[in-house]
Amino acid sequence: MSKPSAASATETDAIPPATSGASSHQRARRLLLAGWETLISVAATFFGLLFITFVIGRLMPADPLLAIVGERASEETYNRIREELGLNLPIWRQFLIYAWDVVRGDFGMSVLTARPVSEDLLRVFPATAELSIVGIFIGVVAGVPLGVWAAVYRNSFLDHVMRVLGLVGYSVPIFWLGIMGLLVFYLELQWVAGPGRLEVYLDGQVPTVTGMILVDSLIAGDWEVFNNALSHIILPASLLGYYSLAYISRMTRSLMLEQLNQDYLLTARIKGMRQSRLIWRHAFGNILVPLITVIALSFAGLLEGSVLTETVFAWPGIGRYITNALLNADMNAVLGGTIVVGTVFVGVNLLSDVLYRIVDPRAR
Amino acid sequence: MKKFLAALAIGAGLALTMPAAHAATPDDTLIEAWRFDDMISLDPAEMYEISTYELVGNVYVTLVSIDPHDTSHILPRVAESWSASDDGLTYTFKLRAGQKFHSGNALTAADVVYSFQRLAALDLAPAFLITDLGISKENMNDTLKAVDDLTFQFKVDKPYAPSYVINVLSASNFAIVDSKLLKSHETNGDWGNGWLKTNSAGSGPFILKSWKPDETLVLEANPDYYGGKPKLKRIVWRNIAEESAQRLLLESGDVDIARNLSADQLDGLRKKGGFEVTSTPQSTSLYIGMNLKNKYLADPKVREAIRYLVDYQGLEKTALRERYVTNQTFLPSSFLGYVDSNPYKLDVAKAKSLLAEAGYADGFELSIDLASTFQERMDIAQSLQGTLAQVGIKLKILSEDAKTALTNYRARKHDLYLGTWGVDYFDPNTNMVFVANSDNSDDPASKPLSWRNSWIDPDMTAKAQALLMERDDAKRKTGYQDLIKAWQPVSPFAMLYQEVQVAAYLPKVKNFFLGPSAETTLYLDVSK
Repeated sequence: MSKPSAASATETDAIPPATSGASSHQRARRLLLAGWETLISVAATFFGLLFITFVIGRLMPADPLLAIVGERASEETYNRIREELGLNLPIWRQFLIYAWDVVRGDFGMSVLTARPVSEDLLRVFPATAELSIVGIFIGVVAGVPLGVWAAVYRNSFLDHVMRVLGLVGYSVPIFWLGIMGLLVFYLELQWVAGPGRLEVYLDGQVPTVTGMILVDSLIAGDWEVFNNALSHIILPASLLGYYSLAYISRMTRSLMLEQLNQDYLLTARIKGMRQSRLIWRHAFGNILVPLITVIALSFAGLLEGSVLTETVFAWPGIGRYITNALLNADMNAVLGGTIVVGTVFVGVNLLSDVLYRIVDPRAR
Repeated sequence: MKKFLAALAIGAGLALTMPAAHAATPDDTLIEAWRFDDMISLDPAEMYEISTYELVGNVYVTLVSIDPHDTSHILPRVAESWSASDDGLTYTFKLRAGQKFHSGNALTAADVVYSFQRLAALDLAPAFLITDLGISKENMNDTLKAVDDLTFQFKVDKPYAPSYVINVLSASNFAIVDSKLLKSHETNGDWGNGWLKTNSAGSGPFILKSWKPDETLVLEANPDYYGGKPKLKRIVWRNIAEESAQRLLLESGDVDIARNLSADQLDGLRKKGGFEVTSTPQSTSLYIGMNLKNKYLADPKVREAIRYLVDYQGLEKTALRERYVTNQTFLPSSFLGYVDSNPYKLDVAKAKSLLAEAGYADGFELSIDLASTFQERMDIAQSLQGTLAQVGIKLKILSEDAKTALTNYRARKHDLYLGTWGVDYFDPNTNMVFVANSDNSDDPASKPLSWRNSWIDPDMTAKAQALLMERDDAKRKTGYQDLIKAWQPVSPFAMLYQEVQVAAYLPKVKNFFLGPSAETTLYLDVSK
């Protein structure tokens, strides 16, 4: 995994701490400048993303027209549609037209679903977001305390168990684990519901507001739908949670170990500070900042990397949407989906920067 | 830490007490798990995908249709009776009185005219079905006529075999659409195509309620269907791409039918007991195309040798078990003119001597293009790689995404291509794409499969065209049978198998029957 936010982390470190002597005017100017720089870098990232996805899309060996007109269309039809879609224009003009459309929020029509790509994305993105949010929640709630624990009781039995769990998380394919989970918890024990987001007979019972069924059913106050959706999401989200847990707990452990070896903790301990206060207030408080980056990265990773989970659990999300579009040379859908995932990536990084500034007083 | 442990315990407790979501599916609703992510447009004048054919076959009605239990038999549908003029140019259809669309609009001959017109005028992928009859967007106002409310007439440009004309009309692309409804949804002269891509305007036994691509599709019973009220109230298709997930859903009773199970999974279900399995051979052929642009493949002896290097029986018993049956002709088994002719079997010695005769005793290199999404095609390619190696031919497998493989094939850039071909309608003429080719230049008006493999045979092309005009069905039949035998040893194809559709279902589902083609899998009589 790349670490785009590591760069911005040093960048924020480089901003000199606000001295009490600085005037409010200077401070406002500096803030404005920082905001402007961020905006430019986001815009440049976005444009680069647009350009690269477009070029890759055009370099693909599959003929996008084939997806539209089908295998058996006559040459006449083929050429007519080619002209209608502007695919006969020079590439640079096609790119300008495309970029201008995207800026106005128009990603074109999807060949596969016969609907506007923007409409499709509004349908599939919330499904993935919901799954990832529940997944990362499980990963954080379990992974952070376990990582801290493993660091405090280093080389204990628990630490070893954690290491094995992490190893399994890295080496066992999510695909296999998903099927096993379904076999045990769905088919045999019948604790959870099977593939899909909701039982078919409940489909459409609550009005779509956010597209996330858990949220929408809460808004509508429909507990039947909420329980059913929860019963469907718990297994795939736990699976994703487990994979991010493996990463988060390992990172937490090593960050925590670093702190535990610091002199200030030793001093505090000698002074007789309680163990829990020592760990949670002092040491943990100091790893919170890098931990935010770890969590943000692993959340963005979930968003893009849940393709296999979505396939196993018949989860109609963006990973499956983009994969399917790729396999069928549905370029508008591929480009639209990639841009959304890329934008979320940039957004999550930006958010972690902001959190960084809030949590770390030096960056303020 | 204690608090955390307590939270964990509460969480686990919640999970244990969570309501088990295993309520049996409602009795009036049929839930099917299958892979229908090939569905693109639901407009009958545009659609060309297998699953869409099944949908359209249940939502719309055509003038006539094929009897699913006997494909040589034509059933009256919207039309009650029909006749052809003596010169074979004018066809007249009497429509059944009192038919209604889902909208409540009456179905009249004007709707039939409109449906045929939009197929020609939209000029999308399936338009050739009607232009092949000589009816185009230029002449459609003169050739298609509503004589009165219940009489529809059209003129063809040549005296085609009447069986061919009627068989073509059974294709779902000729489904009768609600002209009043569509006219109200027309934008920029698109014949309602933009709207009909995701909606329906039919008169069939089921009404399209909703379609979420990749997710679900819901059909509801049409109580006013002329053929009687459907026994089910609702049909739900769930798009489950993963086979093992389909099996789990079926085993736990969350779906009634699973459509894409592998042979191993079917074995598992049979062993466990409590499930029914049904299967029907389809009209889809799995074949290898050999491009004559490759200098080795241009030699008929090399092509004949390759036909002897496929392990037909071995593959049928292993990788293709329950999903394919051997068929080395260009016609599916239920077609007029089909003859049971499977002369090839794996014979390495024979292939060796053919190659030696051709002067290639030392072998050479070839590549094969195929879509990576189908495991069984990969299995075939690997088996072929093994048998070809025995005669010194080194085979490179180019496993690509489906559209890339097809792009190469259409551009004649392949050596070998492994893929499937489905028929467009139930008449032998549909598969003349394997035989006829009238222009082998690089950019001809028409590009049949024989063209894609750079093969042209004027005599056989003429024979195929003559059979299209043969008005005596007995002569048509023997004509195609002779053609198969003459074509088999010289063609650029190694025809391998005919596809078989298999479905596993719960015993409480009654009258479920897979048709020989997608549009003949009908749900009218299915109950639970």
